[in-house]
Amino acid sequence: MREITYAQAVREALAEEMRRDPRVFLLGEDIGVYGGAFGVTLGLVEEFGEDRVMDTPLSEAAIIGAAVGAAVVGMRPVAEVQFSDFLTIGADQLVNQAAKMRYMFGGKAEVPMVVRTPAGSGTGAAAQHSQSLETWFMHIPGLKVVAPATPHDAKGLLKAAIRDNNPVVVFEHKLLYKTKGPVPEDEYTVPIGKAAVRREGRDVTVVATSVMVPRSLQAAERLADEGISAEVIDLRSLRPLDAETVIASVCKTGRAVVVHEANKFAGFGGEIVGTIVESEAFDFLDAPVLRLAGKDVPIPYNPRLEKAAVPQEDDIVEACRRLMRESRRVRVGGMA
Amino acid sequence: MKEQDWQAKARQLGLGPERLLHMYRQMRRIRHFEEEVDKLFQAGRIWGTFHLYIGEEASAVGAIEALAPDDYITSTHRGHGHGIAKGASIPKMMAELRGKETGYCRGRGGSMHIADVAAGNLGANGIVGGGIPIATGAALACKKLGLGRVVMCFFGDGALAQGSFHEAVNFASVFRLPVVYVCENNQYAMSMPVEKGLGNPDIEARARAYGLPGVSVDGNDVLAVYEAARKAVDRARAGEGPTLIETRTYRWRGHSKSDANRYRTREEIEEWKARCPIRRLEERLIAAGILSPAEAERIGEDIKAEIQAAIEFAEEQPEPDVAQLADGVYA
Repeated sequence: MREITYAQAVREALAEEMRRDPRVFLLGEDIGVYGGAFGVTLGLVEEFGEDRVMDTPLSEAAIIGAAVGAAVVGMRPVAEVQFSDFLTIGADQLVNQAAKMRYMFGGKAEVPMVVRTPAGSGTGAAAQHSQSLETWFMHIPGLKVVAPATPHDAKGLLKAAIRDNNPVVVFEHKLLYKTKGPVPEDEYTVPIGKAAVRREGRDVTVVATSVMVPRSLQAAERLADEGISAEVIDLRSLRPLDAETVIASVCKTGRAVVVHEANKFAGFGGEIVGTIVESEAFDFLDAPVLRLAGKDVPIPYNPRLEKAAVPQEDDIVEACRRLMRESRRVRVGGMA
Repeated sequence: MKEQDWQAKARQLGLGPERLLHMYRQMRRIRHFEEEVDKLFQAGRIWGTFHLYIGEEASAVGAIEALAPDDYITSTHRGHGHGIAKGASIPKMMAELRGKETGYCRGRGGSMHIADVAAGNLGANGIVGGGIPIATGAALACKKLGLGRVVMCFFGDGALAQGSFHEAVNFASVFRLPVVYVCENNQYAMSMPVEKGLGNPDIEARARAYGLPGVSVDGNDVLAVYEAARKAVDRARAGEGPTLIETRTYRWRGHSKSDANRYRTREEIEEWKARCPIRRLEERLIAAGILSPAEAERIGEDIKAEIQAAIEFAEEQPEPDVAQLADGVYA
């Protein structure tokens, strides 16, 4: 199969959906000739024109709000928010308007819109351009939230999001834009709400999202050399969450570590842990469920500090080793 | 304005006796609806909160009269008047205020979220200024879909201080969208008077800053409101872009049910009551021979009966089923 980058995959999804459906259009800051801050929309204005690839003023509330208004009247807008940190500036339109319109109007409105936004650290952009704010939006009934980790899913999930009749926030990861992977040339979508088991294993389940998926896969490779068999789950959809896949895996392995970049306190790692311990998987646990998350600090500028602020491959390896060690202790204690 | 001038103005605007009477009736329906809502609340039959439109009726009715039936509006927390003027069913509104399953929002929205998307009301809004970007986006869609429709966006003077106003109006100006912004200046953002809350209360200057026409009218003169709205709607429909209108008016009642009116005087309220928009229109219509006092009374009786029937309808409607609590979160 041909390989393309994550950014190219996003671009293909946008182009294909615009060709397929005249109601789909893009709006955002510098998404026209500039191609967006990360070059994702490069070339689209040439094919689709300024009416469908709209360069807007620097107005996040107006961008998201215009998407809400256009969606409720029958268009299928795809807004780009240049950095996910800027979602906070337009949050009223997403949280109080888009998410609630259908419910508070008694189910008599549809808001089929997408907000795509680059998230995450690792580029030296510091505290206001590096956050992972997905948990904020996962907490809001009425929104769907996805975070693709591969070029295949970046394309398939975005296409599914554009066809969805609800507001969907797509968190793309800046560090993934240049990664390459197999992407079919034929039409496909990736259903929202379905996790993917990226690597099967027996000993420990690693539940990861976004850039933590490739890191977890590399960690799993190293763990295999030590005789630890790690199963890696890529959640892909954060809301709705594919709890079944997570629970089934933990029932099998008896150990779990959740890995995400967003900081730990009140983060969605807690949600995953809760999902596990409230389920039948509780009876299969051989060790505490761990959360491996960003440190509770704003993302710092210095590259050594920045790296230390979020989980790295070594941390995932160490967390899995710890789970194996601690579960052995449990077994010894049980025998005594 | 002299009586002859007023009649000439109405004719010039294409408002014959029938439409003038329709506007009069709509204003009275709003007034009576609001008075009954207040009573129902006092009687403990309406829950939560609401914001009464009494005193501002000419603003909604004059502005919405300039729209075609399939044009859109966005409304505010003080939205009952806009809904009625846009043609809402009073029984369904009343049922919503009672939280009933057959209300506009199946009892999930209440006063601050009454909407009828299919009929062009994109919703009241609990967030001050929250509807301004939405109206702007709806206008964008109207333009893209070639619908030839216009969006009328209502908000209060308080919303002029919100960032959403600035972002959305600039956005609409940049893309020349078919939207009419109607700022209903009722003199207070809750308790904050406009002269204290706005660095520059001059709406025309404000509009100029965004590169669009701005006009301030007497919001208690339904004809003046209609005239300004008509011009703005025509301009929007012709593809010439947005307009900002200020309707200067006054809310007679408190901001919401919790308001003790500590920030204004009884004299001020009485002064504005003397400028009652409904009485003004009624006097004009009687002087013009379009309406007789007896007919005015009959209209009042009809409206009373209509709203009484709506109250009874709402009373009999079923409550939502708790088992359906989560219905409608997602499409």
